[in-house]
Amino acid sequence: MERKIRVLIAKPGLDGHDRGAKVIASALRDAGFEVIYSGLHQTPEMIVEAALQEDVDVIGISILSGAHMTLFPKIKKLMNEKGLTDVLLTGGGIIPPEDVEALEKSGIGKLFGPGSSTMDIISFIKDWAAKNRN
Amino acid sequence: MQKNLDQIIAARKEWEKELAEKTKNRSAKFVTVSSAPIDPLYTPADVQEIDFMRDVGFPGEFPYTRGVHPNMYRGRLWTMRQFAGFGTAKDTNARFKYLLEQGQNGLSVAFDLPTLMGVDSDHLKSQGEVGICGVAIDSLADMEVLFDGIPLDKISTSMTINSPAAILLAFYICVAEKQGVAQEKLRGTLQNDILKEYIAQKEFIFPPEPSMRIFVDSVEYCTQHVPMWNTVSISGYHIREAGSTAAQELAFTLADGFAYVEACMARGLNIDDFAPRFSYFFNSHIDFFEEIAKFRAARRIYAKRMRDQYGAKDERSWKLRFHTQTAGCSLTGQQPENNIVRTAFEALAGVLGGTQSLHTNSLDETWALPSEWAAKIALRTQQIIAYETGVVNTVDPLAGSYFVENLTTRMEKESEDYFEKIDSLGGVIPAIEKGFFQREIAIAARKYQDEIEKKERLIVGVNAFKDKKEKLEIPILKINPAVEQEQVKNLKKMKKQRDQTHVQESLQRLRGAARDGANLMPRFIDCARAYATIGEMIDVLKEVFGVYKEPVIF
Amino acid sequence: MSVQNNHLIEHLLSGDKRALAKSISVVENEEVNAAALLDAIYTKTGQAYRIGVTGPPGAGKSTLVDQLTKFFRRRGKTVGIIAVDPTSPFTGGALLGDRVRMVDMTLDDGVFIRSMATRGSLGGLSKKADDAADILDAAGKDYVILETVGVGQSELDIAQAADTTIVVLVPESGDSVQAMKAGLMEIADIFILNKADRDGAERAVTEIQSMLQLREARPWQPKVLRAIANKGEGIGEIVQMIENHRNFLVEQNSLEKKRRERVLKKIHSIVRYRFEKAFWDDSTREAVQKALENYQDSKLSPYQIADQLINNFKKKLEQSHAEKS
Repeated sequence: MERKIRVLIAKPGLDGHDRGAKVIASALRDAGFEVIYSGLHQTPEMIVEAALQEDVDVIGISILSGAHMTLFPKIKKLMNEKGLTDVLLTGGGIIPPEDVEALEKSGIGKLFGPGSSTMDIISFIKDWAAKNRN
Repeated sequence: MQKNLDQIIAARKEWEKELAEKTKNRSAKFVTVSSAPIDPLYTPADVQEIDFMRDVGFPGEFPYTRGVHPNMYRGRLWTMRQFAGFGTAKDTNARFKYLLEQGQNGLSVAFDLPTLMGVDSDHLKSQGEVGICGVAIDSLADMEVLFDGIPLDKISTSMTINSPAAILLAFYICVAEKQGVAQEKLRGTLQNDILKEYIAQKEFIFPPEPSMRIFVDSVEYCTQHVPMWNTVSISGYHIREAGSTAAQELAFTLADGFAYVEACMARGLNIDDFAPRFSYFFNSHIDFFEEIAKFRAARRIYAKRMRDQYGAKDERSWKLRFHTQTAGCSLTGQQPENNIVRTAFEALAGVLGGTQSLHTNSLDETWALPSEWAAKIALRTQQIIAYETGVVNTVDPLAGSYFVENLTTRMEKESEDYFEKIDSLGGVIPAIEKGFFQREIAIAARKYQDEIEKKERLIVGVNAFKDKKEKLEIPILKINPAVEQEQVKNLKKMKKQRDQTHVQESLQRLRGAARDGANLMPRFIDCARAYATIGEMIDVLKEVFGVYKEPVIF
Repeated sequence: MSVQNNHLIEHLLSGDKRALAKSISVVENEEVNAAALLDAIYTKTGQAYRIGVTGPPGAGKSTLVDQLTKFFRRRGKTVGIIAVDPTSPFTGGALLGDRVRMVDMTLDDGVFIRSMATRGSLGGLSKKADDAADILDAAGKDYVILETVGVGQSELDIAQAADTTIVVLVPESGDSVQAMKAGLMEIADIFILNKADRDGAERAVTEIQSMLQLREARPWQPKVLRAIANKGEGIGEIVQMIENHRNFLVEQNSLEKKRRERVLKKIHSIVRYRFEKAFWDDSTREAVQKALENYQDSKLSPYQIADQLINNFKKKLEQSHAEKS
């Protein structure tokens, strides 16, 4: 039986703009994934705890507020502390190119900014799952 | 007349036959960015229902289809009002002064997320968010710095804030007080549109009922004490940005407006006392003619309802005055220079649609807040339209276009259909609770994305005409991370220096008023004078009103 | 963390949440060690009280579960929640949207929430949800709440995995009672009319009560309670009714009987599931495809085709038996 890919789509911080998160969540569902949406105003602690309980393969973060350089590293740190080292952290939003570079270098998966194709996001996750899940 | 029309209709049929036989189309369908189908040609037959005097008429006259003022831009150009705000109050004060020097004529304040959500800069939830997407305001102290050296009797200010809007107005009134400017002289706008938060932007705090009460409190207060102030900017911009179609933007915004009218009338306010100060805020998206038709339809629908359904007698209550912002969601991260072009066309549509004030986006906004360079180009875009293109020489130049009039009437009809639907659900707030708006928007947003993925809809630089090796080479604004530290430090200092008893007493009175239903504005002003923080005031209100949990709709 | 069974079970029973999450995945994904895991923890089950919550979409089940859980938590009890949502038959994917309505409790250590998708017809959902409930039970939860949408057959089965089953309805279900599947009517121990402040609430309550009266009398007569879940109204009464039902089951010795019935159903379900899985291997699937392609020409009836497949299967079994001996 082909194992389903489980994804948590999360909105951390105070930002309430959820168009991207929701469009991507529904596109991932249409690609055969099981998608859990965290809702708005999540703290990094809440996101990682939900990811742990749901045993997801991927955490996808949407940040449009500019707080990405604080929130992404915090979430990554918590993931490591809680043993979620085999989970992919990815996401997108309004993130300048040099920050994208810095975050991707720090072990966060590819980031998908405005104009990203949902097809690309789906391929990226599928490829990652094929290589990394046992 | 009819014989003429019959001739045209017959000739049209012939022409279409020729078309089908002798020409080929590039695509099977031609639709607007909202997926509304458009015909190859429009003729007098397409506007036969339209009566010039009744439906189009004259600018400055009912139903105002052609504009709310008789001479429109010949009398006065639209206000060039560029949204700005970031970092500390000091940083934004500098940007304000720069923009005023560059020829901007009104201020428009962008607040950071903690301020928008009623949370202080030193709160755990604010970490990483202070001063990042707008200016950080915690108390009157920050507001004083924000407007330092800016005479509030000479400038009009728009404040883009919703849940804590009344508090920010209280701060503004207090700053004016310190400058020696009476409330009665203040001009500006408060966005203060909580209904669209539940529908689209999600910057809500309390549930709808108490939020509407605070709204009516602010309208009631301003009607009596700040008569030149636009109490609300009923917004479609955010609804559109969340993914709605143009028709949905139009209908949902007006529905919100009418809900506010009804709420104020239910309080016992006379419609002609408050309606003249209601203003609107629309998006100007990339489909040129659809937007122009939308603006014209908005005015016509509004005038008719306000006069005929709500019984407003003052013609100022019938006039839909609006601010426009070019569509942020139409901008691309790829080849951002192209955004200058997009913004220019969208701005032009706003002007041809008769907007009263306009904000043009900067080319770099898919990556960060505008750099000074990009912000200047955005302003110049408006100035070129105003002074070089000649479109301002006559009022409503596109009136009479068979296409534009047909599209205007079509949009009006679609709005009426939506109004019926909303009524059948019990009104705006029941429809919000049932997720009606949110579902329509989510479906439209998903459809739009699907069309892009399938290349049914082309976006230059994104899924067509891509640069193979793109490297971003424009200056990107970076917010100094020390901003948060500085803000928190100043906040702590301010808290130590203020009279604690005064703060506690004013908060206590606020709590009392929240409970017993008295108008909250005077209480907000008292709290402001005592240097209570936004977070402290909002926390008191949260105790009394509770917090809102949204129904999540995909 | 390695998914090596012994360590996993140890950690699970000692209250490690990651082990708990991983264990649920093991059974959900039918990993090789799933049966062994369930066997090992079986003696630790039977402590948790199981509550099923079902009803049409939009009835407010998740909000209700959220409120019930908070109530139990105030009494110092721990809760495990399994929230089931449908898998799209076209795409194989699912939007698991129940957790978002219970998100306040994410950081409460006494609450564990797991979203599960129905995963299609051969998914054996009721078995997996029941297994997940067993795992939560073995991990020491006082209550296990299973929440599903009451539209399919498997959802009804899940409800029967519970000791007390609650059916949640809303006034707008139109003719809420007519709209109800007969099965839903039968399995409910408690009816909740949620969003009771809406128009038509009283009519809906009356309709349900009439239907219940038309039925033959039973030892436990389900009651209809009113609630406004998103305002937290009516929750205390619901919890009391759950307690009443629990006491009733204990007094009547029905609790044990119910659980034994459940075990029997589960055995049936496991057997059926394993048989079907073994039967529908690649060669059988190919054979049936071929049979369908030749359907017009062959003039064989579905019964005859099925007989053929079963005979082939028997032969396969005999062969492999022969090979082994």
